[in-house]
Amino acid sequence: MAPKLEVEDLNAWFGTKQVLKNINIKIEENAVTAIIGPSGCGKTTFLRCLNRMHEINPDARVSGKVLFNGLNIYGNGVDPVMIRKKIGMVFQKPNPFPMMSIYDNVVAGLKLNGVRDKKSLDAVVRRSLELVNLWDEVKDDLNKSGASLSGGQQQRLCIARALAVEPEVLLMDEPCSALDPISTAKIEVLIRKLAKTYTIVIVTHNMQQAARVSDYTAFFYLGELIEYGPTKQIFENPKHELTEKYITGKFG
Amino acid sequence: MKVKYKNKHTVFPYLKWLIIGDNIFKIISALFASTILLLLGLMVYELIKGSWLSIQTFGLDFILGTKWDPAISKVFGALPLILGTAVTSAIALLIGVPISLGVGLALSEYIPKRYGFVISFLVELLAAVPSVIYGLWGMFVLIPFLRDYIYSHIRALFGFIPIFSGPIYGGGVLTAGIVLAIMIIPTVSAVMRDLFMIVPNSQREAIIALGATKLETVKTVVSYTRSGVIGAIILGLGRAIGETMAVTMVIGNRFQVWPSSLFDAWYTMSAIIANELLEATYDLYVSALMNVALALLFITLVINILSRLIVWRTLRLVRGIAKE
Ligand SMILES: Nc1ncnc2c1ncn2[C@@H]1O[C@H](COP(=O)(O)OP(=O)(O)OP(=O)(O)O)[C@@H](O)[C@H]1O
Ligand SMILES: [Mg+2]
Repeated sequence: MAPKLEVEDLNAWFGTKQVLKNINIKIEENAVTAIIGPSGCGKTTFLRCLNRMHEINPDARVSGKVLFNGLNIYGNGVDPVMIRKKIGMVFQKPNPFPMMSIYDNVVAGLKLNGVRDKKSLDAVVRRSLELVNLWDEVKDDLNKSGASLSGGQQQRLCIARALAVEPEVLLMDEPCSALDPISTAKIEVLIRKLAKTYTIVIVTHNMQQAARVSDYTAFFYLGELIEYGPTKQIFENPKHELTEKYITGKFG
Repeated sequence: MKVKYKNKHTVFPYLKWLIIGDNIFKIISALFASTILLLLGLMVYELIKGSWLSIQTFGLDFILGTKWDPAISKVFGALPLILGTAVTSAIALLIGVPISLGVGLALSEYIPKRYGFVISFLVELLAAVPSVIYGLWGMFVLIPFLRDYIYSHIRALFGFIPIFSGPIYGGGVLTAGIVLAIMIIPTVSAVMRDLFMIVPNSQREAIIALGATKLETVKTVVSYTRSGVIGAIILGLGRAIGETMAVTMVIGNRFQVWPSSLFDAWYTMSAIIANELLEATYDLYVSALMNVALALLFITLVINILSRLIVWRTLRLVRGIAKE
């Protein structure tokens, strides 16, 4: 099976500070890949390079290739807007649109695509909210503000919003870090469910979470990819000393 | 080395005075604040007292009357002035709001911060220019320019529409509207910029990650603060309605119910007060002008309070959400 995303010699900078150094990694289709590593090692930056979100920061710069279904997203004439529609993103802090209803939050991306038909929007809202197991909780409150939900519900709403535009890849940056254990468990179950049809890359600080939800794990350290492999192997039999230190918590 | 402080006042003897000073300061500020309210109250009282003769004589006809005849019949009706104020202010908003929106968005969304602050500074400087300067500039620069290069062309192209026909003096309704627009742009765009700047980046990123273009992202920012934007517009309206000097210098100061075109002269509430108060030779005349002032104060107060409330509410709401 060809990889969904193939990263070749990826470097990223903020101003003159290089935060990613020569990253090469192949991300498999319909699998969950976890990105782990100490704070500041470049996990978020790496994730944001995969859907060209990095460059919206005026100081940011990227070099190298990211092949998405074989197409280099940094190639000439590639529209980052189209890439972001295909490679969705969920942020660390839930960021629903507070001035929009729950319904409008879910269809925000579709409306950008010009979908206006009420029937198909209704269907998408229902399907997306069911997918993230939120439908039963909010089906009577679809007109309420997106900000009226609990943190965990907001994050599931954000996932539904990202899924509504039917991306092929979903990037998640510590999606559970602001959530309680019950909401976290719900989202982890959801990630496993989504992995059947989506390619998921998830950044996490939680080793147990990485072990529970991911098929592959990549360990980053100081902007470099130290080790990458099947999650089981990384956790049970890491090849690199740094990886072992990190996953066993012996890190400074 | 650790020092145990028995009493912070013995370690910092001046602190006590600072704290007392702090309380004195609080009391003084409270006094000043209430003085402002008192002044406002006195002002309203004086205006009502001054208008009383006119209110008794004309009643509601003062607001609805269309005749202003101090010389012979001594009848005063302010409707044309109210219309003149409303129309010039509306023109000012029509021209000024889109430009202010553009400036506000440019400063918060498009121009890098390190250059933006220079423009911000200039914008705020423009807001501080005395209105008589705008009036002089309007008379000596804008009027000849509009008359010679703009209005004649507009009339040539759109003269078949009545509002763009008729003689061109240079000054008049449209010129007054344009000057007012220029005067409200600095304030309104500064308020809009502040509103857009407090939209958290996470909101922009949320919509960008869904595949929004730059324009769609900017629209999201505006819709996020839309109630505040409306407040900023009302704030501009309040300024336009109350503006006196610059308007009276360019509008032509002619009392008539409705001008023949946008190029025609007209009058506003504030302009007539400034122009005629010194010529008002008998009590009813003075009282009628006071009555105009009372109506003007009432309108601007309501509009200003409304706009401040809306802007303030939005800022609070948005900050609250941003903090969560
Ligand atoms: N907007 C920015 N401007 C400048 N430098 C930045 C910016 N964002 C991140 N950095 C720097 O880039 C490096 C990588 O940051 P990044 O956010 O990718 O780390 P991370 O691995 O996601 O950390 P964490 O686990 O704390 O989220 C850090 O050294 C950080 O200081
Ligand atoms: Mg991060």
